[in-house]
Amino acid sequence: MNIAELEKIACTLRLDVIRMVGVGQKGHLGGSCSLAEIVAVLYFHRMNHDPKNPKWSGRDRFLLSKGHAALIQYAALAEAGYFPKTELEKVKKLGAMLQGHPEMKTTPGIEGNTGSLGQGLSMACGMAAGLRIDKSPGRVYCIIGDGEIAEGQIWEAAMSASYYKLGNLTVFLDKNRLQAMGPVAERYNTNPVREKWEAFGWHVSETDGHNIKQILYVLEEADRVTDKPKLIIAHTVKGKGISFAENVVGFHNGELTREQFDCACAELYRKNQE
Amino acid sequence: MKIQNPRQVYGETLVELGRENKDIVVLEADLGKSTMTSLFEEEFPERFFEMGIGEANMTSFAAGLSLTGKIAFTNSFAVFAAGRSFDQIRQAICIPSLNVRIVGSSAGLSDFGDGATHQSVEDVAIMRAVPNMTVLVPADGTETRKMVRKIAGYKGPVYLRINRHDIPDTFPEDQEFVVGKPYLIREGSDITVFANGIMVSKALEAAETLEKEGISVRVVNVSSLKPVDEDEIKRFASGVKGIVTAEEHSLIGGLASVITYILRGNATPVIPIGIEDRFGQSAHSYDELLEEYGLTTDKIIDSVRKLM
Repeated sequence: MNIAELEKIACTLRLDVIRMVGVGQKGHLGGSCSLAEIVAVLYFHRMNHDPKNPKWSGRDRFLLSKGHAALIQYAALAEAGYFPKTELEKVKKLGAMLQGHPEMKTTPGIEGNTGSLGQGLSMACGMAAGLRIDKSPGRVYCIIGDGEIAEGQIWEAAMSASYYKLGNLTVFLDKNRLQAMGPVAERYNTNPVREKWEAFGWHVSETDGHNIKQILYVLEEADRVTDKPKLIIAHTVKGKGISFAENVVGFHNGELTREQFDCACAELYRKNQE
Repeated sequence: MKIQNPRQVYGETLVELGRENKDIVVLEADLGKSTMTSLFEEEFPERFFEMGIGEANMTSFAAGLSLTGKIAFTNSFAVFAAGRSFDQIRQAICIPSLNVRIVGSSAGLSDFGDGATHQSVEDVAIMRAVPNMTVLVPADGTETRKMVRKIAGYKGPVYLRINRHDIPDTFPEDQEFVVGKPYLIREGSDITVFANGIMVSKALEAAETLEKEGISVRVVNVSSLKPVDEDEIKRFASGVKGIVTAEEHSLIGGLASVITYILRGNATPVIPIGIEDRFGQSAHSYDELLEEYGLTTDKIIDSVRKLM
């Protein structure tokens, strides 16, 4: 897919996120929207995968360590054809395929149960090590949050990834600068990030997390590093694409009024027509 | 009676499995000389992962390995394996029921010198409470070997609790190990003793002593705490004057809880032997500690006499 097409996909994914959040129900809108471009690039350009055969052994793997942003992953999986889009309408309903956090047993395309923060990166490391034992060409992608890295296990995982030289692992740090209770820098400062990851033995690069051309560029650059795990710091905007929700902490797990819902849909619909 | 060390047997069995199945991987948190995974490391360095002193990462990393088709054994002392990694076990392994085997070594009071911080009195209770988890407590070296071989091919997560010390063998060499099955070790008609782990050999010893007094004791090894065949437990509990349970674990959430729950509504009196609601402590010998906590052959003998 070309850049314009990927931009359109990102917009479609956001629209699906808004529809899943709906009116008068809580949903993790902010951290889902900050990831739309990254997720679009991974599922529709970057990863080798087969929605008709989700367990294909040669596939690349993706783990959303910040599992609360599941809505953006569900939107991508449905758009890619892992399951019908009608499943999105039933998200979080009793007995539904799509749970509040990624659930591999019920959902085709989900590679592991994530959402207890700080654990997905360790799982991704284990996957990368497992694929390497099998001499598989498969690569592992993982997304972590900038609030999430307060979890000590992230740093245990970071050490093990560089110790085992997991060059088949690429991690995006969604640096949207807001956590549930406010700005990361004020509530519990996890900065500076670049220096920490470099000190832990990772190859680090940075990108505008909403600029698809730049995302593609840093991914290609990361491909050239094969003896280290790779971290891409993605500078993003929480709630990106929905004007009234951008950088507003209340939309970390927020509710939309009917008016806000209509307004968000109209904005994204307009953008999609551009 | 043959005496073996369960952790030594465990280490050797892992090596056997490693030779037979290339999907077996072993993870260790810097205790390989105690857990005996160092044997596996020597022979299969490419399938051995030293995870440093980081049990949480080790456990989730094992989940990741399992997600690529590996059968992962994680190793640490029981107190850390079940305690420090609880959330990792619950979230990534038990909810989707992955093939990870959590091996808690130096369990119970068996790490006698290190005291309360390193002794696990509640690991079985914690692991039993998690849905999808299988919980096994081998009585001796022979049962350890049979269990480890069995769970290598078992579907879903398993917690295996291993003692640090030499234990006399009571599990018959020609007996197959089946998950969930309680084993009749000695037939008797007056009192039933349900025991597991190191307490099985002590129960057997007690039964031999009591036989001389004319008291006939049935000894049952309940090495599968979850799942457990409830009908078998009821059958072994029937026709006797009283029941004793004996375990090297807190009385909360272990064997006593399993047996009394299964026998609820049953009028037969039960005397539970185990660790009262308290932590372990340091001692100069394992036996001294078992004595202090009432985990002895004499305690079983006294309990049986009381029930007569």
